[in-house]
Amino acid sequence: MASQQPDSSSAHRSNARVVTWCMAGVVGMFAFGFALVPLYEVFCEITGINGKTGGRYEATAPAVVDESRTVTVQFLASTGPDMEWEFRPMVRSVDVHPGESVTVNYFASNPSAVRMVGQAVPSLSPSEGTLYFHKTECFCFNQQPLDAGESVEMPLVFIVDPELPEHITKLTLSYTLYDQGQPAAVSGAEKTINNNG
Amino acid sequence: MSAVADTHAQDHHHGPAKGISRWLLTTNHKDIGSMYLIFSFAMFLLGGSMAMVIRAELFQPGLQIVQPEFFNQMTTMHGLIMVFGAVMPAFVGLANWMLPLMVGAPDMALPRMNNWSFWLLPCAFLILLSTLFMEGGGPNFGWTFYAPLSTTYGPPSTTFFIFAIHIMGVSSIMGAINVIATILNMRAPGMTLMKMPLFVWTWLITAFLLIAVMPVLAGVVTMMLMDINFGTSFFDASGGGDPVLFQHVFWFFGHPEVYIMILPAFGAISHIVAAFSRKPLFGYASMVYAVGAIALLSFVVWAHHMFTVGIPLAGQLFFMYATMLIAVPTGVKVFNWVTTMFRGSLSFEAPMLFSVAFIILFTIGGFSGLMLAIAPADFQYHDTYFVVAHFHYVLVPGAIFGIFASAYFWLPKWTGHMYDETLAQTHFWLSFVGMNLAFFPMHFLGLAGMPRRIPDYALQFADFNMVSSIGAFMFGASQLLFLFIVVKCVRGGKKAPAKPWEGAEGLEWTVPSPAPYHTFATPPEVK
Repeated sequence: MASQQPDSSSAHRSNARVVTWCMAGVVGMFAFGFALVPLYEVFCEITGINGKTGGRYEATAPAVVDESRTVTVQFLASTGPDMEWEFRPMVRSVDVHPGESVTVNYFASNPSAVRMVGQAVPSLSPSEGTLYFHKTECFCFNQQPLDAGESVEMPLVFIVDPELPEHITKLTLSYTLYDQGQPAAVSGAEKTINNNG
Repeated sequence: MSAVADTHAQDHHHGPAKGISRWLLTTNHKDIGSMYLIFSFAMFLLGGSMAMVIRAELFQPGLQIVQPEFFNQMTTMHGLIMVFGAVMPAFVGLANWMLPLMVGAPDMALPRMNNWSFWLLPCAFLILLSTLFMEGGGPNFGWTFYAPLSTTYGPPSTTFFIFAIHIMGVSSIMGAINVIATILNMRAPGMTLMKMPLFVWTWLITAFLLIAVMPVLAGVVTMMLMDINFGTSFFDASGGGDPVLFQHVFWFFGHPEVYIMILPAFGAISHIVAAFSRKPLFGYASMVYAVGAIALLSFVVWAHHMFTVGIPLAGQLFFMYATMLIAVPTGVKVFNWVTTMFRGSLSFEAPMLFSVAFIILFTIGGFSGLMLAIAPADFQYHDTYFVVAHFHYVLVPGAIFGIFASAYFWLPKWTGHMYDETLAQTHFWLSFVGMNLAFFPMHFLGLAGMPRRIPDYALQFADFNMVSSIGAFMFGASQLLFLFIVVKCVRGGKKAPAKPWEGAEGLEWTVPSPAPYHTFATPPEVK
């Protein structure tokens, strides 16, 4: 062992270097795990692959309506776990021409004995169509408070982009309504949640 | 450092400390390696008994022995214990014992951290196992703990499960750092990287994989922790999160993890096949590059576990082809092992039997993996017993047989005695037949549509399930024979020479058997 004395101090230094580099790798990969969250959000926003439709759409140019094409848009509604509201679309499906602005209503009512807040989260199928489905007005942009026994018709205004790929003839828009608790527990019932579009 | 060196010099004369403090405070790589191996075998038996509960329940259709809630906890705990408690610590134990001997180092580079990383493990598993006795039971959401099943719908004990995973992760990371430091800094003079034994190479690459993905696992369970306890919405759709994100992050860890569990076995098998063929290993350099290629590819295939969540066509094609690409370096390795045996002077002692079974059965598991990689076909196989058959074919004859082969190969070096060859071959044949009886019918069950993780099944699956259960009981019982063989070998037996296998090569065979408490105080010269 004594003969190794000079070696072992240099070995000690290089061990310290290896440990430092490895710990940097560990910290970096831990951070990378969390960085996957915003990366995933951005990736999905650009590609639309998780079916989350975007936020409020501002038309850049007056839309040209493509009368030659018809796209069927179907509407679904479901409620999250333990959400006792009644929630349904007023129409099951509409046929639209790409480029035209269409309004449909969803119906929600709160049968419980307390004032509650709901939040609708959209999902579009096929996900390939997500980027071509624009909402100019949607109840899902905000949380929806309802008094006990109150009911409401909530508007959705959308435009199907004329650029929608030819092979897509049908789009299905599904909303899930989640219980956000009672208003007292929620700071600002009208607050907008990121990414809910 | 000089103080440490002095203590070592003293130990040199006195040998190991006496009593319990030898094991609690030891910094000796052989002691720590033995503790890792004993711990992992205990976990193997525990996880195995949970598998026995599962197979007993599935012996006949209908619910007979356990309730579905408990069945779910058994499938979950079986997976967690086998992955994190049995396979991974067993390989760390082999690394602790063999790496210093193979590279000609006196000990691991960071002996005190080594002690710490071992003793964290029993703590982590005590916490994990204690959840079984808590109100609401232990984890019941499968070892993959998908959100929101594990967050919104998980039992109250999930927070303890998360904490246990954190501790295991810290332990694995410290173990990996130690391995890297040992291999990079402690090699004997003259041992260049491309002269390192393959077990050393595969462990070096495994250690890098551990450092890359264990922090991601820690990250994903931390996100779960925050979703459960601090009101965040990483995976909660109602708050703007996305459950599919969980699967992406989890499998970014999960896929490299499966290579963490197999690469060290590749290394050990390479030594054993060469030794019992009495030929040098065919294609050393290509073996090293193949392992590197497998490790790199393992980072870009994770979504093949989640084809059914609705990945766009381009994504499915990418992950399908990337996955199939892994068959190429794996094929190189299988080719090299077979070519090593070709025209060799073969003999079939227990380590070789396990190694040959490894090559054949792992290849079968690899092929069913290729079937699963075909995205359009995966929709049929997903979450069926076909998947269960596939990963048990790569893990049992892959990782577990690799560990058995290594244990028999190096037992004479560890204990100084030869094990009982007749009993060991009996152990092999019972394991081989039991394992195939247990898992081969699962392929048919899966193709016929039997879903995994369900305590009951339709009547037409009854016969295959009964065969499967009988095989599982046989495999399980034969592991008690292994315990007996090892105990017998530790207590006595034919004296083992320094090199008990005539075809074996490497520095570990230059030290006497049993390996003295301190070896290579003066580094050997490698030419």
